[in-house]
Amino acid sequence: MAAGQQGAIMGFVHRRRRGAELFLLVLALAVGIGAYAAVGLGVEGEVPVDLLGYGGWLAGLVVAAHVVIRFVAPYADPVLLPVVAALNGLGLAVIHRLDLADGSALARQQLTWMTLGVLLFVGTLVVLRDHRVLTRFTYTSGLAAIALLLLPMVPGLGKTVNGAKIWIGVGPFSFQPGEVAKVLLVVAFAGYLVLHRDALALAGRRVLFVDLPRGRDLGPILAMWLISLGILVLQRDLGSSLLFFGLFLVMLYVATERPGWLVVGGAMFFGGAGLLYYVSVTTGQLSHIQNRVNIWLDPMAYFDQSPGSGQLVESLFGMAWGGLLGRGFGEGNPERIPYAESDFIIGAIGEELGLTGVIAVLLLYGLIVERALRAALISRDGFGKLMATGLAAVFALQVFVVVGGVTRLIPLTGLTTPFLSYGGSSLVANWVIVALVLRVSDLARRPVPSVGDDATDVAADAETTQVVRLS
Amino acid sequence: MTMNKPIRTISIFCLLLFLALMVNATYLQYQAAGDLNDDPRNRRVIDAAYSRERGAILVGRDSVAVSEPVDDQFEFLRTYPQPFKYAPLTGFFAYSYGASGIERTQNDVLSGEDSRLFVTKLVDLVSNDESEGGNVQLTIDPAAQDAAYAGLSALGRGTQGSVVALQPSSGKVLAMVSLPTYDPNNLASHDFSEVSDTWDRLSDDPAQPLLNRAIQTTLPPGSTFKVVTAAAAIDAGLYTADDLVPGGATYQLPLTSDDTGLIDNEGRPCGTDRIPFTQAMEQSCNTTFAALAGEVGAERMLETAEAFGFNSDYLEDLRPQAESVYPGKLDAAQLGQTGIGQYEVRATPLQMAMVVAGIANGGVVMRPYLVDEVQSADYEVLDKTEPTELSQAVQPQTADEVTELMVATVENGTASPAAIQGVEVAGKTGTAQSGDPDRPPYAWFVSFAPDEDIAVAVVIENAEISRSEIAGGALGGPIAKAVMEAVIRQ
Repeated sequence: MAAGQQGAIMGFVHRRRRGAELFLLVLALAVGIGAYAAVGLGVEGEVPVDLLGYGGWLAGLVVAAHVVIRFVAPYADPVLLPVVAALNGLGLAVIHRLDLADGSALARQQLTWMTLGVLLFVGTLVVLRDHRVLTRFTYTSGLAAIALLLLPMVPGLGKTVNGAKIWIGVGPFSFQPGEVAKVLLVVAFAGYLVLHRDALALAGRRVLFVDLPRGRDLGPILAMWLISLGILVLQRDLGSSLLFFGLFLVMLYVATERPGWLVVGGAMFFGGAGLLYYVSVTTGQLSHIQNRVNIWLDPMAYFDQSPGSGQLVESLFGMAWGGLLGRGFGEGNPERIPYAESDFIIGAIGEELGLTGVIAVLLLYGLIVERALRAALISRDGFGKLMATGLAAVFALQVFVVVGGVTRLIPLTGLTTPFLSYGGSSLVANWVIVALVLRVSDLARRPVPSVGDDATDVAADAETTQVVRLS
Repeated sequence: MTMNKPIRTISIFCLLLFLALMVNATYLQYQAAGDLNDDPRNRRVIDAAYSRERGAILVGRDSVAVSEPVDDQFEFLRTYPQPFKYAPLTGFFAYSYGASGIERTQNDVLSGEDSRLFVTKLVDLVSNDESEGGNVQLTIDPAAQDAAYAGLSALGRGTQGSVVALQPSSGKVLAMVSLPTYDPNNLASHDFSEVSDTWDRLSDDPAQPLLNRAIQTTLPPGSTFKVVTAAAAIDAGLYTADDLVPGGATYQLPLTSDDTGLIDNEGRPCGTDRIPFTQAMEQSCNTTFAALAGEVGAERMLETAEAFGFNSDYLEDLRPQAESVYPGKLDAAQLGQTGIGQYEVRATPLQMAMVVAGIANGGVVMRPYLVDEVQSADYEVLDKTEPTELSQAVQPQTADEVTELMVATVENGTASPAAIQGVEVAGKTGTAQSGDPDRPPYAWFVSFAPDEDIAVAVVIENAEISRSEIAGGALGGPIAKAVMEAVIRQ
């Protein structure tokens, strides 16, 4: 068996490194609580009165997560939780800073959502002792994801916020089902692809050194393409559309190891986007697509219009004003950017923490993606590899789409900035994503029991059995 | 291991995505930041400039513009302790309407962005403080400014006019007053609706209070321009101050034959055929100077006028500035008219002050300037303006002879109101038709003290005084005298 061979050949056993995780968590808490104190000092000229309560709550949450990891996932990657804690803490501080400027109380709600996120994180790790259990829910996840994506279109339930029909409202609560759907989609794709990868990997025609897939295998990708276009057209959500299709392409490519899928998928994506843009320009339908492209090409020309580029340009102004080192908390005007606490939180960070802060945040995101891909690389089962890769990809794509949009690298599409932006659905979903990646890495780094060793624990025993069954 | 190769490829792909984001963020916040910060729609930059503690504008030991801390979002309120007297110099500093005057031309220093403040700025950068603005010390002599403002204001409400005093040896502007004036405190206010009302009222006022008449209006200089004509004639070697010049009660301009081309002296005694040069100047004989311009020739007249600063732009410390005009292509009749400051000759009050300052300074015209020193926020002198020569307008000998003529004009002639007991004063009056029969003529007066270092130009465009009183030195003379005394008696 491949994994066993590898372990034997390399003779390498991962250490648990929980002490390192705890040390990094202290640093992460210093970032989160320090930023909160800096906001108080910068905006109001005094350390916030609730600093102890706030810091205690934040520390309690991450330490609880750490303790649970010690018990249920002792070999999990030690870097992920501290990085996520630092990002979440920084996000809370920036939202709090915007609260002080706007007179809102979003940080308090966000802290509640974070609590729920950590609870689900803990719950996922406790309940899901082996991620391969999820292969049983491949089709259930897929259907649930599609149902969730359709929910906002149910009359009376769906809410249109700023043109995008991606919200549902239940009583006072709003929820973006797409955020949960993206996790379910990764599970569904991984389960489906791990079973059908051999068939999909069969080469079809060879064109220009690239093996194109067989025509009959195009079914799933075609379906996913149509779903993505449907989201784009019906829900006016460019970001999610791009995210889901990109995610599917990456997973399909990894599962089949055929670059041909990337060629076909890329062509379908750009062809579809080009077609929609053409339709938008010629018929005047789907004007939001044309708007986004025009604003991307020349944001200054649409500054005073509606729908215009005011939000983007204010964010660009803010980031320019922040410069290399930033104005410092309380010294900028991030409240000039509409919805700075959600999609445009990078603009607020760029203004008050400068390029330094933006690069630091990007490095933290890069670290999350890198750790997730590392978990995929060392994972011993195909499903784990695919799921971890998919989660890494969804994360990387989301960061690229939203930060690239806000900094005018690509046309702006609405997505939340993971762990930083205000928004419960996004925060909770991202905590679950981290739990799933930790679970994959825990199983991947766990020492393989030697054959005939009676002292191995039950979980490892079960794992060995299952690996045999799957391979 | 299966799937590891594509996972590595995806890793590289993700790395490229993040690199692209970082490169783009660096471009945005470093390379493109300057352009974005310069965009006029970027309120952050404007707000920050508006809430910064600007340096003071200093006159003598007093601040005429200073940032006072206040308890609102902008933190500092620009305050002008002597608003009306100094408004034409300080200008205003407003949130929505920009800035004018010294506030505008010295904005880099006052706001702390000037490179001369760099040492301080580096310290501020390290200590993470907002950089403090530097101070600007003006060349203005407060006593001269007080005298000029008091003298012009004493002519009554509705007075339109200006006074400029120069230090001939350096070009320092010692006084600059313009009426009507305004209160820049009302434009610097943080009550934006009040500011907007004030702005509309000032902009719509037909008397144009926002105009600095000393540098932004050009008027026909009338008889004061005879100083230039006399200087050109003497410098060309045609006459000396002791020579006889053409005189007579009337002078028919060349190329003309009717009354419109006939110049007279409004009843002043200008002899018949030839009269002494001193008499021609004392009595401001139009017939003499029209003839002299013809004798000097258009080319030489233009050359001399331009050497004194006509047809050019020389004041860097206040903007915008109107250019004084001596016309180019002239026929013989027009040339004669320019000799007495008519036809298309136009001058700012500053220009006429420079003419007499040039005569007072041995023919050398110094470039006028208002900013004497740039100081750090701690009043440490960072830069002091060195006087520079604008041109050698006429020979020193010429300047001496013109001085002689102008001294005689104060002692025995039309400029007698400027005489100061015990001090030699040289002067010249001027009256120029405004072209509008309902408006009184413009009354000019220029003077200097040959043994002192002061030259003054006074213009009264409009005052609540009868037409007859405007003529001559009755209005301008006493103001010029008061300003000169203020400087001399220190």
